[in-house]
Amino acid sequence: MNQSSLQSFLRRNPYLFTLLLLVVAIFFNFQFQDNLFEANVVNRNMRVLLPTMLLTVGQAIVIIGGGIDLSVGTMVSMINAILVTRILPDSTSSEIALGFFLACGTGILAGMFNGLCVAYLRLQPVVTTYATSFVFSGIALAILPRPAGQIPRPLTDFYRNPQLGIPTAVYIIILLLIFWVLLRSTRYGQFLFATGSKANAAYTTGVPVVRIRFSTYVWSGLFAAFAAIALTLLSGSGDPRLGDDMTLPTIVAVVLGGTRLSGGQGGIAGPLMGVAILTVIGNIISFANIDSWYQDLVNALIIIIALAGPGIVRLIRRLIGR
Amino acid sequence: MINSLKALQTRLSPPLLALLLAIILYFIGGILAPGFVNVEQAINIVRLAAFLGIIAAGQTLIIISGSEGIDLSAGAVVTLGAILAFRISNGQDSMVIPGLLVALAAGASIGFSNGLGITLFGIPPLVMTLGMTGVVAGTIRAVTRGELEGGTPPIMGKLISAPLVAGLPGVIFLWLLIGFGMWLLLERTAYGKQLFAIGINRTTARLSGVRVQLVVLATYTLGGLLAALGGFILLAFSQTVFLNLGQPYLFPSIAAVVVGGTVLAGGQGSYWGTMSGALVLTLLQSLLRALQIEEALQLIVLGSTLVVLISFYGRERKLRQ
Repeated sequence: MNQSSLQSFLRRNPYLFTLLLLVVAIFFNFQFQDNLFEANVVNRNMRVLLPTMLLTVGQAIVIIGGGIDLSVGTMVSMINAILVTRILPDSTSSEIALGFFLACGTGILAGMFNGLCVAYLRLQPVVTTYATSFVFSGIALAILPRPAGQIPRPLTDFYRNPQLGIPTAVYIIILLLIFWVLLRSTRYGQFLFATGSKANAAYTTGVPVVRIRFSTYVWSGLFAAFAAIALTLLSGSGDPRLGDDMTLPTIVAVVLGGTRLSGGQGGIAGPLMGVAILTVIGNIISFANIDSWYQDLVNALIIIIALAGPGIVRLIRRLIGR
Repeated sequence: MINSLKALQTRLSPPLLALLLAIILYFIGGILAPGFVNVEQAINIVRLAAFLGIIAAGQTLIIISGSEGIDLSAGAVVTLGAILAFRISNGQDSMVIPGLLVALAAGASIGFSNGLGITLFGIPPLVMTLGMTGVVAGTIRAVTRGELEGGTPPIMGKLISAPLVAGLPGVIFLWLLIGFGMWLLLERTAYGKQLFAIGINRTTARLSGVRVQLVVLATYTLGGLLAALGGFILLAFSQTVFLNLGQPYLFPSIAAVVVGGTVLAGGQGSYWGTMSGALVLTLLQSLLRALQIEEALQLIVLGSTLVVLISFYGRERKLRQ
């Protein structure tokens, strides 16, 4: 393969760099943690990864559509509060089903509210979703003023333990990838990319830009509900601040996954790998015997270097070419 | 109604609108919460707004520079500035100036690093400055190991947060001075002209001879410097430092810029808008606190009011333009 075709291959598959990064990170993780590939360690890592992955899928769809959603974390907190107040240790299966149904409904409604503000009222996404994150956080506190609640054991066991020898999360990740491949191939998928890359041009060629923008936030709300369900089953209890810190990692994961923040490009395979990279970096740091006071710094430095990676490669190529 | 609102909107610039809103909020406060309207309370609100306003000064420049420009590291730099001043001055009046200079230098170099990451490596500002937050907070943790020793020189409290002239604390005069400086910088210098030019369109700015990368680099450096100055001034008020000192000011600083009519897409805005925005936000928070409603409701009201404020003039252009 000569250089120019290698370049175009890389451009068509922006997540290749992410994949490389992930492999390197896993390699280092394995150096420090030799039981990394044992079944129960894999299962433990996968079930911790999944909630952030689900949340990141929603974030990626919004970003591809040209927006951003800073409220996803507090949506998770809000829906977690709803779940633990609805599902009690002695709940019947119909009550549990109702709880999940309510969770998804709340996520969709919250997403619709964001979408209404951003798409129909044309409010700026960063500040708007930041403002709505206060609203969701307030609702979470109103429903569940302090950490409480307990999810029935069979439900949490189902999530925490492997099914047929494979972690539950793996099935869901496969479903996510299938969902994305299907969505991308529909007309909706094409509209989504068109809206994100050149909204005005898309509008003149008949793409329902406003409706597409609106829908991206609804997806984000729905995936926040899925993330909240997974996180609630993982933790088994409720906390009105449970998801608050999840927002910013989803954005970093999307960028690490080769999806540009300006929209109109990317996918979800990259962002999913981005989440894995962030987790693996965290693993490396905790297993590498780094002084605990230095862990945050090392973590942040590695992330910045990873973010700068493609830029460094571009810079070096330009310098050599000169 | 809608037409007259539109007419009002075109006649009133966003900063003026925000200022009007601040006055209206203040009187609503007077009606709802007895004891809200008095001189002492008014001075206190302006003082709190001054801290937010000074921290938001750098944010204003960075947002005007466009191309998704935003500084999420401002909160961490505020903390760093305060901690450096706290450590270096160690409570001695004679060491205030060295403390201030070191804080400013540290802030500027962090801003410079942000600018380098953005211009040289093409990292989006949002994630670059977010990553920088981690680096700054991580460095503070690693170096101090959680033990924040030092002291606040008494002169800082006297000059900045205690009543100085006619019952007004020094920070208010300082804020006005910074406001004047920002106006000069934005409206009367070549840098200001170039900043607005790159905010509107980087390609046309480059073609008309603006050295875009250099202006971006200067803007982020200045942003870091101003955030560190904000930290120094905050120290005079808080008198002590902790690892999370600046973080609560981060998103309010962005909101103040937007409420003041500076467009997040860049190329349009003013610092005097940000000053009004800081006043509005501080008033809103003080009002909610004065009404003594529970935290959950406070958050919901704050969030919804922000949405309403943004919808008043933070709207983006319609499609097909």
